[in-house]
Amino acid sequence: MPELEWRRLKDRLFTAFCICSTALALIPLGSMLYTIFMKGFSVISLSFLTGLPAPPGEPGGGFGNAIQGSLIVVGIASAIGIPLGIAAGMYLGEYPNSRLSRAISFTADVLTGVPSIITGIFAYMLVVLRFGGFSALAGGIALATMMLPFIVRTTEEAMKLVPWELREASLALGAPRWRTTLQVVLSTARFGIATGILLTIARIAGETAPLLFTAFNNRFWFDGVMQPVATLPVMIYTYAISPFDDWHAQAWGGALVLVTMILLLNMGVRLATGRRW
Amino acid sequence: MKGKIEVRELNAGFGSTHVLKNISMSIPENRVTAIIGPSGCGKSTFVRCLNRIHELVPNAWVRGEVLLDGRNIYSQEADPVDIRRRVGMVFQKPNPFPAMSIYDNIAYGARIHRMKDIPKIVERSLRKAALWDEVKHRLKDSPASLSGGQQQRLCIARALAVEPEVVLFDEPCSALDPVATAKIEDLILELRENYTIVIVTHNMQQAARIADYTAFFLMGELVEFGETAQIFENPRDKRTEDYITGRFG
Repeated sequence: MPELEWRRLKDRLFTAFCICSTALALIPLGSMLYTIFMKGFSVISLSFLTGLPAPPGEPGGGFGNAIQGSLIVVGIASAIGIPLGIAAGMYLGEYPNSRLSRAISFTADVLTGVPSIITGIFAYMLVVLRFGGFSALAGGIALATMMLPFIVRTTEEAMKLVPWELREASLALGAPRWRTTLQVVLSTARFGIATGILLTIARIAGETAPLLFTAFNNRFWFDGVMQPVATLPVMIYTYAISPFDDWHAQAWGGALVLVTMILLLNMGVRLATGRRW
Repeated sequence: MKGKIEVRELNAGFGSTHVLKNISMSIPENRVTAIIGPSGCGKSTFVRCLNRIHELVPNAWVRGEVLLDGRNIYSQEADPVDIRRRVGMVFQKPNPFPAMSIYDNIAYGARIHRMKDIPKIVERSLRKAALWDEVKHRLKDSPASLSGGQQQRLCIARALAVEPEVVLFDEPCSALDPVATAKIEDLILELRENYTIVIVTHNMQQAARIADYTAFFLMGELVEFGETAQIFENPRDKRTEDYITGRFG
């Protein structure tokens, strides 16, 4: 039956087209991971992961302070961004029709679209100029500003997924609205919110632009939140634009560490929630 | 007849939709009162007005009086949180809190009202809901591990835990099979001893089986209200008779 065969042929052609497109889209990702791994792996060693950078011209040295600094700056950003974001997202999820909600919603949308370098300038004006110097705190505030809209949105979505019947069940027991929100809605939405938070952290951990003139850089270990601090993205940037070949190699090593951390975070989220592979 | 709940000239709706029209009736204490009627006649809206849950929906409005033990629950001084504790509710679809264990589902309300000796309250509530023997060894489990009928009895236990005086049932069996339905009905008959019960049902046999009084609603109006036997055997209104004999609805 020619009609049927023609249809089958069309079906196969389209399937092949879809597979090819997917493969094409995956090539940049695969190629990037391959290059980073090939160029970075030879640099990785215990001293690279735990040591301080060597002075220019001397061989060896490590990115230990940058790894430590990245964890600290992301930690500061999380400490500021997560509670604020969840609080605002909860309000959006529970009172979607109020005037304040529309304002928060609009602000979050605008904030999502702000270029990261502008976020850096904001933190520079707010913290660096006022307190007279680059600091880990300024970097944390810059990253927190970037985190906010994502956490607000994921919290809002997770809260809205909680069925209205559960709120009614709680209110019908004589529970006040605030306890209903905190104990029933928030606890039901907690997996969705946690997933959103981890994915947001994975997203901002590699940001460079907001840190360039906030956290700046440092050749030594972390020395307090009001001091400049090294971070992986800025360290990679500094080493990559340097004129030394061994620094270039170390930049690849740093890139491998950063990509691995972000991949592990993403995979951890997917494993923990048991979905979205 | 003076009731536990006296409804006077109750009107309610959503925005420009007028759902309940001038309902006046008296719900007797420690009896089962059934509300029957075709879909969309305002049965659910009516019971949701008795514990001030109706007003939580955007655009909802209520006019008129509902007296609980002689005091208007819609007066300025009335506290909706307190009223909802005194007038409990069981919903159409079993809706246990999924993020809490079986135990915490019941302890939740008791903790909110700072009641003492919570383990005892949990056991007593589960026993009253005839669920204790089935769950006593897995109180820490998620309620998702229970069957639909067990979940609904869990919701009943949850409502009883805060020691209400009235329990509203909004089509509690419509999502359940006949065996689970029979268990819930037995339970309602037992609860009658200590609670005033209002049950919305689309199932006339169910009303005939368990209700002392039956009210027939049609298009937002209370057509007839009386003892169940009288409503089913000797309806005064032609529309009640037509509905009960299955001529429409």
